[in-house]
Amino acid sequence: MKQKSIAVVGAAETTKMGKIPDVSVIGLHADAALNALKDAGLKPTDIDGVACAGLSPVELAHYLGITPTYADGTAVGGCSFMLHLRHAAAAINEGLCKTVLITHGESGRSRVGAGGFGRASSSLMGQFEMPFGPAGPPTMFTIPVLRYLKTYNLTVEDLAWVSVIQREWAAKNPRASFKDPITVDDVLNSPMIAWPFRMLMCCLVTDGGGALILTSADRAKDFPQKPVYVLGTGESVETPMVSQMEDFTSSKAFRVSGKKAFGEAGITHGDVDHLMIYDAFAHLPLYGLEDLGFCKPGEAAAFIRERNTAIGGKLPLNTNGGGLSYMHSGMYGMYALQESVRQMRGIAPAQVPGAKISVCHGVGGMFAASGTIIFSNEAP
Amino acid sequence: MPQRMLPEPTPETKHFWDGCAEGELRLQRCAACGGKSYFPPRPFCPGCGSREVEIYKASGKAVLYSYVINMRPRPDMGTEPYAIAVVQLDEGPRMMTNIVNCPQTPEALQLDMKLKVSFSKQSDAITLPFFEPA
Ligand SMILES: [Zn+2]
Repeated sequence: MKQKSIAVVGAAETTKMGKIPDVSVIGLHADAALNALKDAGLKPTDIDGVACAGLSPVELAHYLGITPTYADGTAVGGCSFMLHLRHAAAAINEGLCKTVLITHGESGRSRVGAGGFGRASSSLMGQFEMPFGPAGPPTMFTIPVLRYLKTYNLTVEDLAWVSVIQREWAAKNPRASFKDPITVDDVLNSPMIAWPFRMLMCCLVTDGGGALILTSADRAKDFPQKPVYVLGTGESVETPMVSQMEDFTSSKAFRVSGKKAFGEAGITHGDVDHLMIYDAFAHLPLYGLEDLGFCKPGEAAAFIRERNTAIGGKLPLNTNGGGLSYMHSGMYGMYALQESVRQMRGIAPAQVPGAKISVCHGVGGMFAASGTIIFSNEAP
Repeated sequence: MPQRMLPEPTPETKHFWDGCAEGELRLQRCAACGGKSYFPPRPFCPGCGSREVEIYKASGKAVLYSYVINMRPRPDMGTEPYAIAVVQLDEGPRMMTNIVNCPQTPEALQLDMKLKVSFSKQSDAITLPFFEPA
């Protein structure tokens, strides 16, 4: 896409976050959408493009009273919103629509109006993975990690540091679910979920949602909020089965998506002021830092332990506390995007002073898919 | 304990599940691109798209590639922690499986340990390919 041709002009999360037993899934989508519309000074009838995952864009459009000329139901897991944003940018540039609303809502904890988790027993995953006992993401997303640790001579303590440092960021965020400091010992003594993963290396399970509104950069300056420009985008998919990922020490989808986004944005890694890497589990920031090219293979653990991604470090990472401490409703990508937008607007609870470029990197499924968005707050 | 979650074979995977029932681990390889083996089953080569593929009996030899030990067993998997493993077959492809006849502990389950296939009949139609220390 053309750099800075599109901007985020509305962004908001659900009114409440964490445990919301009195709102259904579609209600969370709508609550986030109405908050984002208010943020942008728009009414639902001003929207002519819709995108969402988990819910059909038909359900979303009808519920909100929108008659779109563009609808995107891309559903590739937690990074679907990065892909929605990327597709919306292309659609607006192509003239398919003018103003796109992307929503997310998930009753991950309370399960109000939420569907079940399952795969058809005739699918490849149903045939060649499910019979061997996977019980959700903590037992699947984590499968490559022992190979990663052995390849780079790392230990579970290296995973624990990821959780510890992200909790330091969460402490600065009033909306974070967990704010109390933790130590490496705390992480290594928390209950074992699936060796080598302990509870504090796994994300939260919460309720919430978020929404974004995009339009062309030339219209963006007429909106009430400071526009956040889209500088570059990337996406890719690899495999629906974690057992079939090409390289257990690196995600092909991460590498392809990240390279595409950096290429479009025309920036180097040294230009990046702020970074979000979807952290459903503690190993994901390690894979992300390496696959996006911020660290050489095997060096991300030391990079984090040496506090480069911590408060005051040169590459602030997951400044909302991440999926490990802030919130994680199931498809966390929307909350990573919200934090990038807050940082670019200069209003984040743990604001990175003077940040001009933010990279937001998402994962979908168990290393199945990826999307990367690079934002800038400087006008084209 | 509920019946273990079992696969529902499709026309494209039937040869694999029939093979397990007959005590054979069946892989596929491509004639067009140098006999490269692949998994899971499909009637064409994922490397080059050729339909000129053949089914053959694999050696059943593998090494332990990576795993987790699930401490919160799925209801159909019993009550004890169990490893969900990925093995690397001698022929190249990797597959998910369970490791049997071996303690389900980090001490006993060492990466790169040698394994061999061990078939386990689950129903009249389905036999699962597990692996055990070689
Ligand atoms: Zn071939």
